[in-house]
Amino acid sequence: MTAVLLAAATKVDAGVFVAAAAIILSGAIGVVISRNPVHAALCLVLTLFGVAILFVAQEAHFLAAVQVIVYAGAIVVLFLFVIMLIGVDRSEDIRQEPLRGQRPIAVLLGIIALAEILLLSRGTDWATGAPSLGGPADGDLPNVEKLAESIFTRYLFAFEITSVLLVIAVVGAVTLVRKPPPEETADDDEPPVAPVTAVAATAEGNTP
Amino acid sequence: MSVGGEWYLTLAAALFTIGAVGVLVRRNVLVMFMCVELMLNAVNLTFVTFARMLNDIGGQSLVFFVLVVAAAEVVVGLGIIVAIFRRRVGATADDLHLLKG
Repeated sequence: MTAVLLAAATKVDAGVFVAAAAIILSGAIGVVISRNPVHAALCLVLTLFGVAILFVAQEAHFLAAVQVIVYAGAIVVLFLFVIMLIGVDRSEDIRQEPLRGQRPIAVLLGIIALAEILLLSRGTDWATGAPSLGGPADGDLPNVEKLAESIFTRYLFAFEITSVLLVIAVVGAVTLVRKPPPEETADDDEPPVAPVTAVAATAEGNTP
Repeated sequence: MSVGGEWYLTLAAALFTIGAVGVLVRRNVLVMFMCVELMLNAVNLTFVTFARMLNDIGGQSLVFFVLVVAAAEVVVGLGIIVAIFRRRVGATADDLHLLKG
């Protein structure tokens, strides 16, 4: 495998790719198999850094910086914050299977899906020959300038819609996590709670 | 010359598969959410690879928008998780069975 890689690329490029791929895959597997959610979040940081390395290797410098700042710096911190906040940082017993035979079937499905993707990609002609809408990716200009030109001309409308999306997300998050005022709690929250507990009690009574 | 794009695509496919298996296997909603992030990153890697292979900066622009939408999605999703788990204990998806028939 390394020989095939080296045939098409320089040693440095191949080495960077292999190292980043190892980082990415080990981090991803760590996210899936780690018992503690905090460890899963740290493994996620590993994967995100590996992806940022591959962005740099493909000359997407701006996206690599944004990947580190937004994903590793903001999203993972948000994950850790929520893990601490709602107190689920205790370990999950991962050996206990909720459904019998679900895990082997899930892994089998994953392997089949991966094989299918690889098989399909082998027989597909990637280049479509369609004219480039955003402009060429190579050239004399730095990556940031090319990306900025593409976003602020061709994709300007989508960029402005993005701001609306962010405002909606902020307002939605604040509304979701806000504690309801006390008088509303008495009116709105208690009637749903009582039937829910009753249903849960009946369900528990019926199960054995 | 750098590594061929098909290697990147294979790696992205593997990363996506690991994320999908994680969503299927894990029961902790936060970890399931992290696995969704893994899948998003796999797709971002694919976009950047195609941007290089097809010499089109549009792929990188799309990754920019995916990043923004992912950030908004994480904010709203974690808000929902906090709102749910303020009322009950336990962080597994099996505990959320109120809508079960």
